[in-house]
Amino acid sequence: MTSTAAVGAAQAAETRFRLSGAGSHAVLAPIGLGVVLLGAWEFGVRLFDIDPFVVPAPAAIAGEVLENLPTICSGSVVTGRNALAGLLIGAVVGVLAALVSSASRVLDQMAAPVVAALSVVPIVALAPVLYTMFGAAADTARILVAALSVVVPVYLNTLRGLRQVLPVHRDLMRAYAARPAWVASTVTLPTAVPFVFTGLRIASSLAVISALIAEYFGGPIGGLGKSITSAAAGSDYALAWAYVFGSIVLGLTFYVATLAAELWFTRHRATT
Amino acid sequence: MSAGTHAVEVAGVSRVFDTKKGPVVALDDVDLTVAAGEFVSLIGPSGCGKSTLLRLIADLDQPTSGTIAVRGKGPRQARLDREYGIAFQQAGLLPWRTVAANIELPLQVHGVAKGARRARAAELLELIGLTDFADHHPDQLSGGMQQRVAIARALAESPKLLLMDEPFGALDEITRERMQNELVRIAAETGAAVVFVTHSIPEAVFLSDRVVVMSPRPGRITGVVDCQLGSSSSRTDAVRDEAGFFHAVAAVREHLHGTAPVAVRGVETR
Repeated sequence: MTSTAAVGAAQAAETRFRLSGAGSHAVLAPIGLGVVLLGAWEFGVRLFDIDPFVVPAPAAIAGEVLENLPTICSGSVVTGRNALAGLLIGAVVGVLAALVSSASRVLDQMAAPVVAALSVVPIVALAPVLYTMFGAAADTARILVAALSVVVPVYLNTLRGLRQVLPVHRDLMRAYAARPAWVASTVTLPTAVPFVFTGLRIASSLAVISALIAEYFGGPIGGLGKSITSAAAGSDYALAWAYVFGSIVLGLTFYVATLAAELWFTRHRATT
Repeated sequence: MSAGTHAVEVAGVSRVFDTKKGPVVALDDVDLTVAAGEFVSLIGPSGCGKSTLLRLIADLDQPTSGTIAVRGKGPRQARLDREYGIAFQQAGLLPWRTVAANIELPLQVHGVAKGARRARAAELLELIGLTDFADHHPDQLSGGMQQRVAIARALAESPKLLLMDEPFGALDEITRERMQNELVRIAAETGAAVVFVTHSIPEAVFLSDRVVVMSPRPGRITGVVDCQLGSSSSRTDAVRDEAGFFHAVAAVREHLHGTAPVAVRGVETR
């Protein structure tokens, strides 16, 4: 018995070791590809003497990034704050709506076409309307745009998660004569947690994109989106690209953070 | 004999499922009595209603007609009074809980204090030999270990009746025999009656005091084989090589296939 236990533990450790080994490999290969592509880009710009308004050289962009690092960072904070607020609001609304829908079949059926319609609305297109509703001096419209774009993926994934309770768990809870509230908190919600985080991961990039693009349509200055448009309008193309670079980093940060949360909450779900 | 002396009494029970293609008779007029502390296996091919019968006893489903008494009560009352522990083919552990917290689950549902829960879980971990794994999560355990945890969970409230629906069905043969030996020991130690659903003839014969053979379409009991392989406390692997074991296997097979027993030639693995 102890020997099988030891073997089980050893296998688990081995699996983890192999995964971490594969991890370093999975990191190095794309970095290599990235370096090669950047080199080709730089080389191409110099060889064909391409104008900066078409596309600036990576070295020029890197120079602007270093030179404007403080404004890029402060812009990322402004846009990131809006995206984060939108992500949190949208997540809360999405999860609550999914809980209501999963509790009532009628509401679920009523909501389904609305959600389907909402999911095809280009939500950033609402930004100008929202600016007139809430005023262009506040970030409210941007946060709302981000929140709206988050609601649908979180809602759909959470609703799916709430329906994943295994028949064996349902039988078990019935055998225990457990109260519905207890079943919800002990089995149904924990079962749905990985799905909530999958929804959040999908929604995280949407939140950043929406908050950023909403800045294109007005509102206070200081965010990355506004900085991109004003740099491009001022013919400062390398600077505009430097802000685009900042946006990419911001989007990646959100994605990696939510991915890490998802992996953490699913770490024991490999087998059932 | 009063109803209270039996672990399970099933009288004239039928279960008809309404399907799109018309009614399907899963169980037809089944009678079965399981004495307190008795180990009874239900065996038969797929669709013979053995799992349905177990689910009726557990009040996970209701009979179309007939009566069931579990320790002298209606199945619903017995369920509410936690008269039985149950284990399924899938271990069905909650993956986000540790092994110890999984064993404590039924105690927690029923409001047992934390200290008492801990103590009981420690006891059961000792019984199934997984004390070192108390703080592991199910994904760190092998299939056999997970199933042992599921059995410990079924035993958590010291039930006088254990209902088991093919609990070893997904395990490899080697693990399976070891688990059978352990179950015989655990049943002897706890004195619980066991209703055990399986489709393995040697498994049924090795474990049981009586093997109930069922046939499909409609689900009926076609025979009962007394195994008499000695008391559960003295039953070890050696029993698997004794003549009595082979005779019981042959008798069960005869009921299953409806043919005269052939000369004993050994035993299939399943």
